[in-house]
Amino acid sequence: MLKEQGPKVLTIDLSSERADAVRRPDLCHWLGGSGLATALLGEEIKPEKGVFSAEQPIIMTIGPMTAIYPVVTKVVAMFRSPLTGGIGESHAGMRLGMAMRFAGYDGIVIRGKATRPTYLVIDSTGVKFKPAGPLWGTDTEESGRILREQEGGRGHRSCMRIGQAGERLIRFAGVNVDTYRHFGRLGLGAVFGSKLLKAVVIKGDENQSAIANPAKFGKVYSEIYKKVTATETMEKYHGLGTAGNVLTLNQIKSLPTRNLQASEFDGAGEISGEAFAEHNLLRKLACAGCPIGCIHLALYRRSFGDASQEYEFNQIAYDHELIYALGALLGLSNRSDILSLILEVERAGLDAMATGVCLAWATEAMEKGLLSEEDLLGRLSFGDVEGYLKAIRQLVQQKHPFYQAMAFGTEVLANKYGGRDFALTLAGNEVAGYHTGYANIAGQAFGARHSHLDNAGYSFDQEKEKVTIEKLADKIIAEEIERNALSSLCICFFARKVYDFKTVVKALNALDFDWEEQALKDLGTQIFLQKRIIKARLGFDPSAIRIPRRFFQTPSFNGMLEVESLERLMVALRTKTDELMDKLEAKSRIRQNFQE
Amino acid sequence: MGKKLLSVRDSNRCIGCYSCMFACARVVHHSFSPHMSAVQVRTQGGLQGKFSVSVCRGCGEPQCEQACASGALTARSGGGVILDVDKCSGCGSCAKACPIGAIPLEEGLPIICKHCGVCAQFCPHSVLGLISCEEDLC
Repeated sequence: MLKEQGPKVLTIDLSSERADAVRRPDLCHWLGGSGLATALLGEEIKPEKGVFSAEQPIIMTIGPMTAIYPVVTKVVAMFRSPLTGGIGESHAGMRLGMAMRFAGYDGIVIRGKATRPTYLVIDSTGVKFKPAGPLWGTDTEESGRILREQEGGRGHRSCMRIGQAGERLIRFAGVNVDTYRHFGRLGLGAVFGSKLLKAVVIKGDENQSAIANPAKFGKVYSEIYKKVTATETMEKYHGLGTAGNVLTLNQIKSLPTRNLQASEFDGAGEISGEAFAEHNLLRKLACAGCPIGCIHLALYRRSFGDASQEYEFNQIAYDHELIYALGALLGLSNRSDILSLILEVERAGLDAMATGVCLAWATEAMEKGLLSEEDLLGRLSFGDVEGYLKAIRQLVQQKHPFYQAMAFGTEVLANKYGGRDFALTLAGNEVAGYHTGYANIAGQAFGARHSHLDNAGYSFDQEKEKVTIEKLADKIIAEEIERNALSSLCICFFARKVYDFKTVVKALNALDFDWEEQALKDLGTQIFLQKRIIKARLGFDPSAIRIPRRFFQTPSFNGMLEVESLERLMVALRTKTDELMDKLEAKSRIRQNFQE
Repeated sequence: MGKKLLSVRDSNRCIGCYSCMFACARVVHHSFSPHMSAVQVRTQGGLQGKFSVSVCRGCGEPQCEQACASGALTARSGGGVILDVDKCSGCGSCAKACPIGAIPLEEGLPIICKHCGVCAQFCPHSVLGLISCEEDLC
């Protein structure tokens, strides 16, 4: 366990095929998850080397409560993002957290580059390096099938793999985790591909994990379990799931539609969470250790071949972000069309949001005459799924110059072909599906990984009570700090209301970890600032972020947005962060003087 | 009140959350590890397939008891068996004898379901439940 001698970190070198597990008592104060990963990233990252350099690390971490308390299911991955060049951080669930916990590793660091396509099998006894020649070129479904057949540990293992998108270094390729979850954002799949790493199977084979104080632990566990299942807090995630947002956002003029040319979609009713639930929902799944079951699987049946009555079926996980990016943003109002695009993106192992934003930009660029049919090898138009299916296949094949450029993401495409005003990226990352107002835009532009989940600005925009710009900046920063603390424990953000700091402290204490609420807040701040320090080392300049004009041309929940107001919010966020940084530096100077 | 027996009511409703396994491990075996659970939820064909719930069904004439040479297992009134750990030699014959493979072996010792129902208490979809032995099965 993490507490006794510090987190156990398994370091794997793909070049030499060596692995080594060491305790890191010096990293105890980073707790785990985002904290531990940020500390390890600071040690391992090579700012002077390219994103695909063999020396760049892949880091995965869990926290001390992972697979021990309900809804503590996330694994944090950190890396240098091939998409932005900055910090890559992505979180995924399913069975990965449980598998890492019972394989016995709090952190895994993978560096080097394999000499041939390789997959790793990790368990409590160590690491096996296995040839992945026959797996290379397979999609994420096929590779999952083969790995399950080959490897034991049924029910207690996790299987990560990349598709062709990662193999071909598409910079927004993700990593598929146990079929239905992903390290989706910021290009971890391409980092796997650059290392010739096709898959990682982790077996949680450890059964020696005695509870020191069963009565105390059991009581706290039951309290939390009850809060999760018996109260209304979590029902929305189990009921319609995040797809329930589609209609809500549409009603408040916040659903980015046709590349955000509009924020209301006349087809929203057809692609709402309600419609998916009524017509397509097959069943729900849960991550190991989470009684909620937020993973919504749709049944997608489609015919194949020329003959009639030939069908294949697929179970496809859907969420708000997918319906936004591969639905409303592309003007698609047919659920089967959206499911066919999700399937394509899933199999190839692409990030759905980045793919959708890229395609939406290309469609508008074609409308505006910046791109021709020769460029795209066909036509793209909003609402036409066939064009999008062909484009995704071209993107994955990487044989044509335009699609080779597309592999770098929307920002690079727009820099090359024009149309930056309507390229929906913030700091190089494609945006999420909320056109709610200033906090959404500033939150993603400012957040450490430029994700809507960094600080959930979109939810502040929807609050009834309007606050000053200064106050809004404070709230965004406070939220990001709190989320850093939660993700250092790998608590799923869906359970953030269940796990207030008081509950977290109680839960940690029942495992004999002495933590206090203030220490958790301090840790959140520390991680927040440490990420800024790493970003600066990677050359990130927060004052140079470009805000696409499109955000100011389409009405949001908060009406037409103004450039000046957003700029003021961005300045406030930067100033307040600098102040926090100064305080931290002053503190560490005092500590240093004291020690001397 | 008569004896209770654990029953797998409807594995089609299972979402694979493992709350049952963690409950058995935590409450009965004082372990964090889901290996230390008499209930084992598994997938068939990965997460795309349906879940199977492997656990003692409490048969009336337990094969595991008959296979046990050291007298560690005795038939439980109402169904299932009771384990006397001190007598268990760890030979694993019980696990081999179970016609549905529902006895996990960990470190050579069988994990025998006590039909206490703690797993059912933590099942969010009532896949598992306790039934009275007066009912159908007994």
